[in-house]
Amino acid sequence: MSSLVLAGAVADYGSTRVLGPLDLSLAPGERVALVGKSGAGKSTLLALMHERWRDQGVALMPQDLGLVPTLSVFHNVYMGRLDRHPWWINLLTLVRPRSRDVALITPLLERLGIAEKRWVPCGELSGGQRQRVAAARVIHQGGRVLLADEPVSALDGPQAESVMRALTERYDMAVLAMHDLELALRHCNRVVGIQAGHIAIDRPSRELSTGDLLSLY
Amino acid sequence: MPFSATRRVSLGLVVLAIVCLWLGDFEISAHDPWQELGRLALGLVRPDFGAVDALGEALLRTVAFAFVGVGVGAIAGLLLAFCFHHWWVRTFCAFIRAIHELFWALIFLQSFGLHPLTGVLAIAIPYAGIFAKVYAEILDETDPTPARTLPQGTGRLSALLYARISQAWPHLVSYTAYRLECGLRSSAVLGFVGMPTLGFHLASHFAQGHYAVVGALLLIFYLLIASLRLWVRPALLPFYLAAAPFCLGTGLPIMWSNVSRFFTQDIVPAPLRNGEGLSGLGPWLGDLLLHQALPGIWNTLLLSQIALVLTGLLAMALFPLISHHFTGRHLTGRLGGGLGHGVLVVLRSTPEYLLAFILLQLWGPSMLPAVVALALHNGGIIAHLVGRRSNEIILRPDAPKGVERYAYEVAPRVYGPFLALLFYRWEIIMRETAILGILGIATLGFYVDSAIQEIRFDRALVLILITAALNIGVDSLARRLRAHLRLRHTINRQSC
Repeated sequence: MSSLVLAGAVADYGSTRVLGPLDLSLAPGERVALVGKSGAGKSTLLALMHERWRDQGVALMPQDLGLVPTLSVFHNVYMGRLDRHPWWINLLTLVRPRSRDVALITPLLERLGIAEKRWVPCGELSGGQRQRVAAARVIHQGGRVLLADEPVSALDGPQAESVMRALTERYDMAVLAMHDLELALRHCNRVVGIQAGHIAIDRPSRELSTGDLLSLY
Repeated sequence: MPFSATRRVSLGLVVLAIVCLWLGDFEISAHDPWQELGRLALGLVRPDFGAVDALGEALLRTVAFAFVGVGVGAIAGLLLAFCFHHWWVRTFCAFIRAIHELFWALIFLQSFGLHPLTGVLAIAIPYAGIFAKVYAEILDETDPTPARTLPQGTGRLSALLYARISQAWPHLVSYTAYRLECGLRSSAVLGFVGMPTLGFHLASHFAQGHYAVVGALLLIFYLLIASLRLWVRPALLPFYLAAAPFCLGTGLPIMWSNVSRFFTQDIVPAPLRNGEGLSGLGPWLGDLLLHQALPGIWNTLLLSQIALVLTGLLAMALFPLISHHFTGRHLTGRLGGGLGHGVLVVLRSTPEYLLAFILLQLWGPSMLPAVVALALHNGGIIAHLVGRRSNEIILRPDAPKGVERYAYEVAPRVYGPFLALLFYRWEIIMRETAILGILGIATLGFYVDSAIQEIRFDRALVLILITAALNIGVDSLARRLRAHLRLRHTINRQSC
């Protein structure tokens, strides 16, 4: 597997440049924590990566999660693999899920602690529960690289820990925008710090401590 | 005191209506209108449910035509909604919904005859146009993020189903259920042109003076509409939809030679059909425009202008019936509010056409029955919506009571939404005004109906097209007025 490359990436908001130009490449095995002040351009950078790499097996977990509130937890997770089934199977699943899909998805939900909510519409869940559903969806989806924007922002300590572990186990390559620096250093092996639309820090996490990152804020 | 834009437009409409009132014909020509009205009232108080055959058939057919018509319309509408971004689809939909169900019925009666297909298509076609527009709006309002997170390579249908339709589903269902109620009214009214639904039985019993049966039919109709929520359940819908096509009755067989003759000869303008060529078309069209279209348009505009203003007056007068700022929240207030709800439900579930038919029988032919019927039905609908809106207002604890409360606290706050609703209904009032001509009032429908009676389908078709153009014109005028007055209101989904 080769690296993914983002070269000369820029983003403008009206006539103001909000990001870049910057270059970034992602090698196999690299799990990048994207850190920086809010408004520094983390979400914009993720959106750019999604745009450039989308046909190379990208799974996206946006900040607002992108769940369908009227569909059950199961169906929202199932949506991660809509591309692997013919349309009529997807149609049937909407009416009556197949037991093999249920058997596939249930253990995942159990691991994330939301198995008992399997058939509850996502609109009825709490913020933390919905975040875990979105995580389950990208885990179910699989692919080459995960792009996630604050994937555990609504979760408490142990839950955040286990969701991060599940995400990084599934994806060999990942870019995760994070605001919890300790969590970021523990689960990612590379840290990219964004400041005013540019890369200010780009180092392996073992060389860094949370103190080194405070300069970004 | 300078006049605000809202005030100027309102006053302008009222002045225009007064001028129209002066130009129109509003005489009661019946010998003894009040005695007739009394007999009808007696029929409602002492209905005769003995005519079980007629009642049962009227009920079954009305429901069956509504279900099949709305069902087919909804499916077609959904398919059209998916390609609603093409301008030609939007234009096509605007066109088919600008033609009233009864005009579609008149067209198909000449080709398919009294076959169930006529009634089904008459409902399904205009409803498909409306469904397409509203479904497209509902789908547009869904959150686009789920679609963005779908894996690359997801099929278009799967993406649509999971990311859009599933989100919009509750709204799609509730709108469709609402249209089903409209469909029941349309289906009942189709009886007046010969379909075996409620209107047919109502007209024939009216003609025979069986007021007790008429009363029973009306009561059953209200019961049907009022009980919709009890028996229309999502789980039962597939059953109803499967059963309905078998309950349409057989009607008369379709004569396919008639169908082809209608579409290839009858509707071709006479000069072209007789080989006079384009030179004959000019005078033919001129004559049609001068002697039928123009008087028809004039009367339609006149009548709908008066009906619009009367509708508005009635709505602003009636909405306090269901507003808790006026009925109060204590027990008697809630009882009064319940009663008010009842009055508005009866008003808005009675189709204009049915009301106009009854009033015409009672008062004789003039513009009066039409205006009153239009104002009662539409006023009832708008009063209901404005009343609900007023219940969202929170007044300060020491707000004035009675007339002062109405004039200073509530009316000014609901006037904007009220105007928006009134303008939304303008097109519908115009559509209905044209159609009431079939009852003998000289609006466009009258000339369409006469042309059909004289077996001049070419003329009828041109007149129907003119009516459609008029509706589209009024709709765009209303839209401009709303934009001019900056009236933003989301209830554009109440259109029947």
